[in-house]
Amino acid sequence: MLLECSGISKRFGGVHAVAEVDLAIAPQQVFGLIGPNGAGKTTLVNLISGHLRVDSGAIRFAGADVTGLAPHTLTARGIARTFQGVRLFKGLTALENVLVGGHARMHSDALRRLWPRGASDRSDRERAVQLLERLGLSRPDALAGGLAYGDQRRLEIARALASDPRLLILDEPAAGMNPAESARLRELMRALVTEGLTIVLIEHDVRLVMGTCERVAVLNFGRKIAEGTPPEIQASPAVREAYLGSEYAA
Amino acid sequence: MDALADFLRVYQTTVGVIGINALLALSVWLTLYAGQLTLGNAAFMAIGAYGSALLGMRMGVPFPLGLTLGALLAAALALPLGLAVFRLRGVYLAIATIGFGEVLRVVLLTVPFTGKALGLNGIPAITELWHIYLSLAVVAYVLWRVQGSTVGRAWAAIREDEIAAASQGIAIRRYKLAAFVAGAAIAAWAGGLSAHLNFSIEPGDFGFTRAVQILVFAVVGGTPSVAGPIVGATLLTALPEVLRPLKEYRDIFAGLILMGVIIYLPRGLVTLAELRKTRRLQEIGVADVA
Repeated sequence: MLLECSGISKRFGGVHAVAEVDLAIAPQQVFGLIGPNGAGKTTLVNLISGHLRVDSGAIRFAGADVTGLAPHTLTARGIARTFQGVRLFKGLTALENVLVGGHARMHSDALRRLWPRGASDRSDRERAVQLLERLGLSRPDALAGGLAYGDQRRLEIARALASDPRLLILDEPAAGMNPAESARLRELMRALVTEGLTIVLIEHDVRLVMGTCERVAVLNFGRKIAEGTPPEIQASPAVREAYLGSEYAA
Repeated sequence: MDALADFLRVYQTTVGVIGINALLALSVWLTLYAGQLTLGNAAFMAIGAYGSALLGMRMGVPFPLGLTLGALLAAALALPLGLAVFRLRGVYLAIATIGFGEVLRVVLLTVPFTGKALGLNGIPAITELWHIYLSLAVVAYVLWRVQGSTVGRAWAAIREDEIAAASQGIAIRRYKLAAFVAGAAIAAWAGGLSAHLNFSIEPGDFGFTRAVQILVFAVVGGTPSVAGPIVGATLLTALPEVLRPLKEYRDIFAGLILMGVIIYLPRGLVTLAELRKTRRLQEIGVADVA
C-alpha cells in the first residue's frame, strides 16, 4: 500500500469532521473520494497533506509513518496536491508557478547565482515549459491570476506535478471545467497512472469519478460508509441512503 | 568632472544619507518581498550604530571589524526575535516588531554605557562616500541575484499564498526567518556607517518615526524589484533639498507628492516604466487587461 490511514480522526469543537477513517490506497490507480457536501472530504485531504494534524490515528506513506509531519516535508516525500477553489501564486507567471512547484526537488542555487554566469536554470525552465504544454497551457509568461478559470485549474495540476510526486491529490479538479476539458482531464489522469503515479480524486462530478477510478470510498458525516469498485458503490444501499434527500446534485 | 566634485563637496552629507537610506530601504524590502510587514529595522540600525561606535571608541576595534560585529550582533538578536514573532501575521507582526524597537530604545535611554538620552558624541567620522556606495552596490547585487534564485521564488510564493507555498515543499518559517535575519544584518551595517558619518547618535534617532520612514522608502519606491527601495530612498531623501526654495511650505509639498505616488502608483515608483509598457501592449492588443 502506498498510503495507509488507520483510524484517523479530526474534531473541530464538538463536530467530528473526520471520524475513525481507514483508508488503504494501492499504488498506480485513481482512487475516488466522494460524499455529500460537508462529509469531511477536504478535511481528510488536509490531514493527509499535513495542513491539519490528526487528533488520533496514524498515517503511513510509502512504508513510513508520516503522522504529524509538516506539509513541506510531505511534499518532499512525494505527496502533492491541488486545492478546492484553486490557490495559485496569482502575481507570478505560469512558468514561475511551476518552478516553485519544483522547489522540493531543486537544490538551492542562491549562492551559486552570486557569480554572474553561475547556475543556469535553463533545464528547470525547459522542464517547466514541457509540463505546461502537457497540460495544454501555451503562455508560460502570462500572470497566473489573469488566466481563465479552467486554465488556472490545469496550471495548479502542472505545479503539483512539478514536484515529481508519487501521490497526487486532486481536490475537485473538474469544477469550472466544461465537458471537453473534463474529458481531457480524465485522459491525463489515466496517462499519469500508466506512468506510475497514484491519484486521489475528490470530485462532485459522479460521472467523472465512476468513469476514471479503480476504487471509490464514500464519506458521510466524517465516516467512511462504503468502499469498493464503481459498480459496487453504485449498488450500495448505504450510499443511496446518504445521498437521498441531500442537496447533492451531480 | 569638476562640476561633479563641487556637487559632492556641497552635498556630501545628503549624498551619504541617500546611500544609507537606500541600504535601510533594502533591508526592509527583504521581508516585504516575502510578504511580511516588519518594523524592527530602525532597532537593528541602532544595534549596528551603537555596536560599532562603542566597539571603536571604547575598545579600539577597527572600523570594518566593528561594522561586521554590529551586523552579526543584530542578526543574532533577530533570530530568536523572529522565532517568536513569526507566529504572527500582518499588523500583529508589525506591532510586535515595533514593540521590540521601543524596548530597545528605552534600554538605550537608561543604560549609562550607551550614554542614556545624550547618546554617543564625538564618534570619529570615518565613513567615506565610497564605503556607503560600495556596500549599497554589493547588497543590491546580491539581493538582485537572490531574487531570481530558488530562495527568491520561495519568498515570492510565501507572499502570494502561504498555504499553497507550504504545499510546494517550502519550509515557510525558515524562509521568513532568513529574510528577517538578513534584513537585520543589512540595517545594522547601514547603522554603523551612519554613526560614523554623523559624529553623534542618540536613542531618538532610531524610534518609531525612523522605522516608518524606512518602510515608506521601500513602499513608495516599489517592492517588485530591488531598484524600487533605492529609487524611493533617493527621491524621498533628496526631495526636501529640491523643495528648499518653497521654504515653510516644503513639508506640505513633500507630503502631497507622497500621497500622489501612493494613490496613483500603489505598487511604487518603479512600476512607472512597467505601466507604460503595459499600456503599449494593450494598445496593440497583446496584453490581457487583468
